[in-house]
Amino acid sequence: MSQTTTDPRLLRAPPKRPIKLSWADERVRGIVWQVLVVGILGGIIYWLWSNTVHNLEVRRIATGFGFLWREAGLPIAEHVIDYNPTDTYFRALLVGLLNTLKVAVVGIVLATVLGTLIGIARLSKNWLVAKIAAAYVEVIRDLPLLLQLLFWYAVLQGLPGPRQAINPMEGVFLSNRGLKLPWIEWQDAHTYAVLGFVLGAVATFLYRRAARAKQMQDGQPRRVWPVALGLMIALPLAIWVAFGAPWTPDIPALRGFNFRGGVNISPEFFALLLGLVLYTAGFIAEIVRAGILAVPHGQWEAAQALGLRPRQVLNQIVLPQALRVIIPPMTSQFLNLTKNSSLAVAIGYQDIVSIANTTLNQTGQAIEGIAIIMLVYLTISLSISLFMNWYNAKIALVER
Amino acid sequence: MQPIRTWLARGVLGAAMLGGVAAMPAAAQQAPAGAANTFDAVRARGTLICGVNTGLAGFAQPDSQGVWRGFDVDYCRAYAAAIFGDPNKVRFVPTTAQNRFTALQSGEVDVLSRNTTWTLSRDTSLGFDFTGTNFFDGQGFMVKASAGVKAAKELDGATICVQPGTTTEQNLTDWARANRIRFTPVVIERLEEVVSAFVAGRCDAYTTDASGLAATRSAQARPADYVILPDLISKEPLSPLVRQGDARFADIIRWTHFLLLSAEEFGITQANVQQMAQSDTRPEVQRMLGRNGELGRMLGLDNLWAVNVIRATGNYAEVFDRSLKPIGLQRGANGLWNQGGLQFSPPFR
Repeated sequence: MSQTTTDPRLLRAPPKRPIKLSWADERVRGIVWQVLVVGILGGIIYWLWSNTVHNLEVRRIATGFGFLWREAGLPIAEHVIDYNPTDTYFRALLVGLLNTLKVAVVGIVLATVLGTLIGIARLSKNWLVAKIAAAYVEVIRDLPLLLQLLFWYAVLQGLPGPRQAINPMEGVFLSNRGLKLPWIEWQDAHTYAVLGFVLGAVATFLYRRAARAKQMQDGQPRRVWPVALGLMIALPLAIWVAFGAPWTPDIPALRGFNFRGGVNISPEFFALLLGLVLYTAGFIAEIVRAGILAVPHGQWEAAQALGLRPRQVLNQIVLPQALRVIIPPMTSQFLNLTKNSSLAVAIGYQDIVSIANTTLNQTGQAIEGIAIIMLVYLTISLSISLFMNWYNAKIALVER
Repeated sequence: MQPIRTWLARGVLGAAMLGGVAAMPAAAQQAPAGAANTFDAVRARGTLICGVNTGLAGFAQPDSQGVWRGFDVDYCRAYAAAIFGDPNKVRFVPTTAQNRFTALQSGEVDVLSRNTTWTLSRDTSLGFDFTGTNFFDGQGFMVKASAGVKAAKELDGATICVQPGTTTEQNLTDWARANRIRFTPVVIERLEEVVSAFVAGRCDAYTTDASGLAATRSAQARPADYVILPDLISKEPLSPLVRQGDARFADIIRWTHFLLLSAEEFGITQANVQQMAQSDTRPEVQRMLGRNGELGRMLGLDNLWAVNVIRATGNYAEVFDRSLKPIGLQRGANGLWNQGGLQFSPPFR
């Protein structure tokens, strides 16, 4: 039986009932409870706030964020943007924030790659590979991260001093001051070449999407890689050559106490990155394994029966389905890695926590300092969550 | 683990700020008397809580039996002896360079006796009162003897280990700026870890107060491998501190230090204090040791407080010699004023 028109009775509004000021009226009860709960909550917040302000006054502790514009005077070893101790606390905190982001972004990428490899390795039919991956996961997951960080930092400190640095090839030095690598003297041409690469990558992505759409129409697969090569490699090279192909290598050399020139990866950064990546990869491996195992075996067999090649089976059939299981717990791991990076204080990597701690110690404004740290982590974490939720919604099974 | 401890201390501050009034609601209403009752709180509790270093030879360090020893620790015992007549009624809370101020602000400790430099901003905006310099210090550098460095100005380009949140860190940047010296900092919070980074060769130099350098050097397996450079780059008057607005408690802390100085000046020692209290004829000694006058009661203490203190720790020279002489520190600026030093006590009158 099919009903094409809506029953007119369903469109009629329910009869209006006047509110009676009585406990028996559920709407009155509802309003009373809600007003009460909001009132109590507001009261608690007001009490906490006024207490804080009052206590700060009694203890004669300065308040406010004015200190952000005072001269910091604290030395920071690693900075992505220009910094020297005459800059303000605000800039110092910004440097700390960028240091946190640096280790978090690099860490998330590397942990994802390593974790995925180990997760797949644990499913390998090769007994030795599977057992090694299993042992890795079990050991790494069970040791506290702080312990691992201190271990790696101690190991890196055990490297020889700068004068006895390990020098495997021209311009590369490994010592307890970090890893020194040759670099080039950066000029405008290099900046434009990098911009060209980014543009090429975007164009490649758009081309790939168009090629996919065409394939959907005529069933003809198209090659993407020659276009990618042209746009992402040849284009930046052409730009670089057009600007006169500047190339002045900046090779580190031992001068006085330390190496001058080149780029440096400090032991603090490297120990933190190593600890975070190895630790988080252990968890990601298990998530990837679970995701792949969650795809029913019938899907593999059906794909093979259609004549797809093993790589196509993995890329077209299994991974898209596994990703739906993998993405939500992966978000938690990314958040964990970011928050765990605050353990940097233990091994002297100057992240936002380290610099905010020093700031609140020098200015004595603990509440403001802690508020800044909370704000930073909340913002980073919410951004990761938002992005991952968007991505999750995008790849989710579209049900009809 | 240290970061957790730091966070705890911060948490304690937050809790004290947000909910601390719950502990003393009546007191908080009548500011500034609200903060001015540390003395009553300590007496009611029956123990003094003293913030000390996490472990700095000569100043504060637990010995092999777990008993705290050192210059700063003896001062804590002296305060306990002054307040309770018993030097053992004190609990030591180890604090790092970074969490010490929060610990004092939040009320986690009553007094901070922890090689802390007296500066204007700490005295004002941090909400503290410094009670008087009990050790005159200056910031220096320590390097490995094998580095062949003779003066601080040769440190251009060096990597320097430093603890964060200290005046040391700021002095270092000021000095480097003034002398156009480039350096790479390695900033580690825990004393043990910053020292181990220096010993492992992560840094070319380690900088802190000269007394701290001497303490660290003496604690190494082979002290001769390390050299303390002769240059001092700052003045570091180290002083115990209490929360601001607590004048009575600050008076007790301040005058306990003066008592140790005066005792040295008058030749009163741990061994002879009992006998001197009975028989010494000098009027100031009689007032100080409570045979005449009401000086102890004016402080709100037992009139025999001075005897209790000196019997517990000895005079300034004895405290100094017990803890700081073994790590190789000379009296120098810390000699009495009439012996060419800077230590001077106002009169007991």
